[in-house]
Amino acid sequence: MPELMRDPTREPRAPMMHSPSVERRAWYERSLVQLTLVRFREFMREPEAVFWTFAFPIILALGLGIAFRNKPADVVKIAVVRGTTAGDALVAKLGTAKGLKVESMDDSAAARALRTGEVALVALPDGSGGVRYRYDDTRPEGRSARFLTDDALQRAAGRHDPVAVSETHVSEKGSRYIDFVVPGLLGMNIMGGGIWGLGFAIVEARRKNLLKRLVSTPMRRSQYLASFLFSRFFFLILEIVVLVGAAALLFDVPVRGSLLQLFVVSLVSALAFGGLGLLIASRARTMEGVSGLMNLTMMPMWVLSGVFFSSTNFPKAAQPVIQALPLTASINALRATMLQGAGWGAVMPSLLIIVAWLVVTFALALRMFRWR
Amino acid sequence: MTPGTGAPALRVAGLRKSYGDVVAVDGLDLTVASGECFGLLGPNGAGKTTTIEICEGLTEPDAGEVEVLGRNWRTDERSLRERLGIQLQETQLAEKLTVEETVKLFRSFYERGRRVDDVIDVVQLDEKRKARVGKLSGGQKQRLALACAIVGDPELLFLDEPTTGLDPQSRRQLWDLIVELRASGRSIVLTTHYMDEAEKLCDRVAIVDHGHVIALGTPRQLIASLGAEHVVEFTAPDAPAGALSAEALQQLNGVRAAREHDGRWTLEVVGLARAVPALLSELSRRGLTLGELATHSATLEDVFVSLTGRQLRDA
Repeated sequence: MPELMRDPTREPRAPMMHSPSVERRAWYERSLVQLTLVRFREFMREPEAVFWTFAFPIILALGLGIAFRNKPADVVKIAVVRGTTAGDALVAKLGTAKGLKVESMDDSAAARALRTGEVALVALPDGSGGVRYRYDDTRPEGRSARFLTDDALQRAAGRHDPVAVSETHVSEKGSRYIDFVVPGLLGMNIMGGGIWGLGFAIVEARRKNLLKRLVSTPMRRSQYLASFLFSRFFFLILEIVVLVGAAALLFDVPVRGSLLQLFVVSLVSALAFGGLGLLIASRARTMEGVSGLMNLTMMPMWVLSGVFFSSTNFPKAAQPVIQALPLTASINALRATMLQGAGWGAVMPSLLIIVAWLVVTFALALRMFRWR
Repeated sequence: MTPGTGAPALRVAGLRKSYGDVVAVDGLDLTVASGECFGLLGPNGAGKTTTIEICEGLTEPDAGEVEVLGRNWRTDERSLRERLGIQLQETQLAEKLTVEETVKLFRSFYERGRRVDDVIDVVQLDEKRKARVGKLSGGQKQRLALACAIVGDPELLFLDEPTTGLDPQSRRQLWDLIVELRASGRSIVLTTHYMDEAEKLCDRVAIVDHGHVIALGTPRQLIASLGAEHVVEFTAPDAPAGALSAEALQQLNGVRAAREHDGRWTLEVVGLARAVPALLSELSRRGLTLGELATHSATLEDVFVSLTGRQLRDA
């Protein structure tokens, strides 16, 4: 059994006497550093948390990027009714036309194919040397099929266009769906990190009596809360680098504004969502309770704040509320910075909304917070 | 510092605390001398934890005075926290951290204290230094909690039910640690509902029931207050109801008191050698046969039973 006597190098404590041999702690042994390290360790040792924070948004961006990629102009399928010499001649004339895929079928099969959308148009000889088109005029494919078919037929018949035209094809970076959705995912990620990151960890610590144990030591309470904000700060940098970097590498998503502005907008948003997380966790005692509150807070913002589609799609009457949500403001500012290269002036209104959330949530949370 | 000298480590007077209609602490007074190991012994729900948490400055009392190391919580909270070591009844430390990281974290809260390695050594967790807290056994977790409580080199240590729920071997291991801490001159206040724990560890014991102290003294004094050295328990399974009475049994040679609970008789006796033959001849005189017979030296448990009429464990 090791010796339990007091350390002989330490002066016995006596009131009114300052011991000259106070053991100073090295900087890394100080409580703010240790508390922040705990946050890192707990996060990195939770593989699920790492996945949801870093891998998930990239996978989501990949999936959305593939689903909504800008495809080369589609080939339009049309049917030609066969069985007559005029019909077979029509197949021969249209067979080589650009942008069309021609199938010959009998009358009833062609009608069925048109009905089911398998072909966009049915062409058939009208019996007097002309051609009849059957198609749905309200469908865009129907109309383009009509123009493509007609153009091919008229040219084959020897039409000459009086005006010479040439074409230049463009695909503007920054206006694709993937460009739209990446700032949305970044905003969503910052929200999740703040609300889940603080909410779960704090309620878990309260439920396990760990908060009470901590406040029974000389630990400064402000440092405990600050450790969450510090760790959020470091993870935020990682999150931005990983998500924006992956989007730039894989999809060429641009960052037109300044990186500093992108970081400041993200940081202020992260702090505001941290405040919201703290507020949600300020009194809850059970994981079920806090999960419910977190979902109640985040669900409306996932839908309304313009992560996947523009928040302006919602009715005008709801806009004042929607635009005042912290995630809407955050995503608007991120999008303006990344896609439009907007400056500080342009993102300032959004930034002020986020700061207002930050101040109000922290003020309320610190007042309501239950340590025991 | 030697026990019994200097200012008291803890002084509590007229303490009251209610939660709604439930009175948890009802006018409790205590004085714990510096260097003393003091036990609050009582059944679950007696108000021990509420009392100790008020002393720890974690719960606000409704009324009464608390003076810890000569200071009070309202004016000296920060400096007091530096000088106290606290183990709460149910704290689950962060499971993802290792033993060493946990002790380092707690060490970082104190201006000065003991070396992390030494403390891990003291609680015999050297081999578990790199192990995650979640992988530790119950006894190891309690020892880690103790390590966190002593890493600030406290003058006064509060331990709330330090061995509850542990297997006998782990309990003995913790007892040895607490005995050594006491030997190093620290004042210790612990709560327990195990009488053997209080007898083994404590210089003095306050028996607490319904929120106040019903007996106070050294374990030896408290047991002596029974006026009996031994306790005899017996059953007479085929005795018709009323065949035996407490009055009659108390007349027997050497018997001080007699009680019956669920068909089981308990006699507090002074002279075991006289009382047992007297009991046997009394039973045979009445034509009754003896079922079980057991004797043990009087314990704090018997003191509690004699004061309250209830057992500690099921009170």
